[in-house]
Amino acid sequence: MRKNPAESAETHARVSRRALLLGGTQLLFMGGLGMRMRHLQLNQADQFRLLAEENRINIRLIPPARGEIFDRRGVVLARNEPAYRVTLVPEDAGDVDAVIEKLASLIELDPAELDAAATEMRRSPPFLPVTVADRITWEELSRVAVNAPALPGITPEVGLSRFYPLRGDFAHVVGYVGPVSDYDLSKIENPDQLLRIPRFQIGKVGLEGKLEDSLRGKAGTKRVEVNAVGRVMRELDRREGQQGDAVQLTIDQRLQSYAQARLGEESATAIVMDCRSGDLLAVASAPTFDSNLFVQGISVADYRELTENDHRPLAAKSVQGTYPPGSTFKMITALAALEAGIARPDQTVWCPGHLEVSNRRFHCWKRAGHGHVNLAQALRESCDVYFYELALEVGIDNISAMAAKFGIGERFDLPLSGVARGLNPSRDWKRDARSADWVVGDTVNVSIGQGFVLTSPLQLAVMTARLATGLNVTPRLVKSVNGVDAPVAPASNIGIDEAYLNEVRRGMYAVSNHRRGTAYGSRIIEDKFRLAGKTGTSQVRNITAAERARGVTRNEDLPWNRRDHALFVNFAPYEAPEIAVAVVVEHGGGGSKAAAPIARDITLQALYGDAPPLDAYPAKDRQRIKKQQEEMRILEPGRSVTRRDRA
Amino acid sequence: MSYLEYSVKHVPTGPRKILHLNWPLLLLVTAVASVGFLMLYSVAGGSFSPWAEPQMKRYAMGVVLLFIVAMVPIWFWRSVSGAVYIGALVLLILVEVIGSVGMGAQRWIDLGFMRLQPSELMKVALVMALAAYYDWLPPRKTSRPQYVLIPVLLIVIPTALVLRQPDLGTAILLLAGGAIVMFAAGVHWGYFTAVFGMGMGLVFAVFQSRGTSWQLLKNYQYRRIDTFLDPASDPLGAGYHITQSKIALGSGGWTGRGFMQGTQSRLNFLPEKHTDFIFTTLAEEFGYIGAVSLLSLYALIILFCVASAISNRDRYASLLTIGIAGAFFLFFAVNMSMVMGLAPVVGVPLPLVSYGGSAMLVLMLAFGLVQSAHVHRPR
Repeated sequence: MRKNPAESAETHARVSRRALLLGGTQLLFMGGLGMRMRHLQLNQADQFRLLAEENRINIRLIPPARGEIFDRRGVVLARNEPAYRVTLVPEDAGDVDAVIEKLASLIELDPAELDAAATEMRRSPPFLPVTVADRITWEELSRVAVNAPALPGITPEVGLSRFYPLRGDFAHVVGYVGPVSDYDLSKIENPDQLLRIPRFQIGKVGLEGKLEDSLRGKAGTKRVEVNAVGRVMRELDRREGQQGDAVQLTIDQRLQSYAQARLGEESATAIVMDCRSGDLLAVASAPTFDSNLFVQGISVADYRELTENDHRPLAAKSVQGTYPPGSTFKMITALAALEAGIARPDQTVWCPGHLEVSNRRFHCWKRAGHGHVNLAQALRESCDVYFYELALEVGIDNISAMAAKFGIGERFDLPLSGVARGLNPSRDWKRDARSADWVVGDTVNVSIGQGFVLTSPLQLAVMTARLATGLNVTPRLVKSVNGVDAPVAPASNIGIDEAYLNEVRRGMYAVSNHRRGTAYGSRIIEDKFRLAGKTGTSQVRNITAAERARGVTRNEDLPWNRRDHALFVNFAPYEAPEIAVAVVVEHGGGGSKAAAPIARDITLQALYGDAPPLDAYPAKDRQRIKKQQEEMRILEPGRSVTRRDRA
Repeated sequence: MSYLEYSVKHVPTGPRKILHLNWPLLLLVTAVASVGFLMLYSVAGGSFSPWAEPQMKRYAMGVVLLFIVAMVPIWFWRSVSGAVYIGALVLLILVEVIGSVGMGAQRWIDLGFMRLQPSELMKVALVMALAAYYDWLPPRKTSRPQYVLIPVLLIVIPTALVLRQPDLGTAILLLAGGAIVMFAAGVHWGYFTAVFGMGMGLVFAVFQSRGTSWQLLKNYQYRRIDTFLDPASDPLGAGYHITQSKIALGSGGWTGRGFMQGTQSRLNFLPEKHTDFIFTTLAEEFGYIGAVSLLSLYALIILFCVASAISNRDRYASLLTIGIAGAFFLFFAVNMSMVMGLAPVVGVPLPLVSYGGSAMLVLMLAFGLVQSAHVHRPR
């Protein structure tokens, strides 16, 4: 088949034309691609480079060390401890079960913790570490570290965790931290990014909670490069955070630990306050609990044990509890009457053991009556009828005003959880709260600290301090922050005639030092440390006329939670008051028997600054006190027992 | 002219053929392949394994293949064109039967030492068959409907098979590659206009069929089209590839971030960074200058092929050269359009650069044919 050369040339020319056309079109298209590239790479380069940086750079927070908390002498109450844990990277481990089995032969593993780890492993990418053992000891950590080559994917890690070396002694003052919860976050507006770190420790109650913002510190940041699936490739740079503020308290750790030990397992509270400066030296509440239980999240069993205890260890009775002050309120009634000019100190009242007021019979604690009593005697022997008579004349308005001067019904501004306001009842209050008019019987009840009036132990201590000094002292808990002393406003005069105050003080002195005083049994022999106090016994139940007729049931015969509260307030030394003390023993029975001895022991401990010599006590008590001192288990900061053994 | 006519005595014989190879073209191909080695070394984090080394071995094999093919006279290749086409077609049907399932689509036959993608082979076989057909067909009959139908069937049968796999990218390449040969052979303009109109109709049909019982494409293919049309609609899902690819390209700037400094590819933000998206790594690390340089190398390859085709008076040889250059162009044009967000992600690798065995060997085979056509051109 031969072809025509002319045709052949023609077709070749056509192929060439079309080839050129095709080639030209292709080059044109490539030019278009070049333009597009130019647009992306040159015109939009900045924008895309930014996007690329956003892709690769992640900003990670470095948690700051939490501020430490010290007592007034520099003893550490809350610090940060290295917390040892073991993490596992599933990807590196290969056979996870085999590795965990090997790990279990080295250290004890908690099945619950392993379950949680298994859940986390299923949820997160395999290159992210998962905690398999938390809060292990240094020894366990070293055992893991030594065997690391045989444990692929296992890393022993060191972080910081809160530790309270004095365990329960400051549980109600310092409070505790715990892993941040959704509930915590919901309470905070615009929360710090730090709080988004899983298991970050946040202050829950007490100072830890109230001073959270200052204690937390400022987060550092590090910029890390991550790949598409979020694995950290390297650290680019870091800016260190700032540790939280160091907070020094006015509390004296030795006194606090003593007070806690002295209260023991009673449901009780004791407050010691410097009655000139208002510094709180001890704020004890018993029974207590180990704050460290909460740091990593408390177990259900432990928590149930705490909440089901009828002595309520979780409650800070010292500032949250409110109690009828009982006879400790009588100083207020007396001062109200003295100030109003209704009573004179030497004027006597006849106490037949009861008083008839508007067809109701109000009893004195002493059925037989006290006979003729003046102010000093009435305070000394805690005669109720004397104060009934005074109250009837002076009226609730004066009493309420006097109580307010002494801080009753006032919520003191302390960085503690749930500081109670108490209740200083008045006509207005009753009308608003109870929709009823004030009746004279109410006044009679209030005059001896029963009825509506409620005070917190803190308020009782403030009241006693103001009685002792005649100054408007207010309580203070934080001594300094980062070494800068918190300002103390000089206390103003309370504005009551010093002579009247002296009469009341004399009565209180007699309570503890006169043979017939209600707290004579709990006196101090050492002359320079003599104390002046007042007992109180507040009923938590009504005594019916029928019961009175057949004889009031003795406290010892009642179930625990129906017994009277025992109270005692005092200041010391009598001549030059330094401290004010308030003690409340819930359902402890009588104030003289249950509260006064505790207050006396704590007073001596505070004044001596250490265990007092036995000759400060009455001679017949010394053997018993010696035994008591020997049996007491007082925590010392240096020798606290911890699960962690430090290397 | 047919080989019976031209003076065979001017065609070089024996080892002397090597001197008459189109050396600039071979150098350009090697240059592009070297860019590939460099990029594969970079995306592996500065390592010859797992990609750069096998790729270099395959290139070496490819060069041997190229020489063998180039030494064989072009008239031999013409005579076996039909057989090659039928062989490729049989293999393509075989994939349907025994092909292993990879990436959700049946595309290769396991030969033991390598996985052969018959669709790759078909790209060359189709060009050979069409070139042979038009060489056989008297030029005046070129535009007659019955003679247009035959090449159309030659194109449509493998295209349909590839579409069934389904491999949209290769189907487009086959269709467009075949059309280029037909166009070069001188088929009347009207046919192309008509087909273009029908193509538009088909696109319409494809969109209409979505969600119905006669749906023409697989769901993932529709999603790719969706994300192509609006990548921002799903930046972490299906649009992720396009978005990340554009970020990598764009962040290159003038000179790029430096060799092995590309954060997008090094940190795995780029998908398929060693295959379909390798161009983005180049653009990220070497910037606009690097990207345009590669584009220029490609342009030069096209230019040399077109020049060789025009200078070749043998109809088969010049159609074959134009067809192969056209297929090669389509290869990188579709890939680059894809990574720049101008075309949907259809899974077309960057020729000679992307990691992959079949594509590399078939391309070297194709350039071997171009060399053979060049060496044995009538003088």
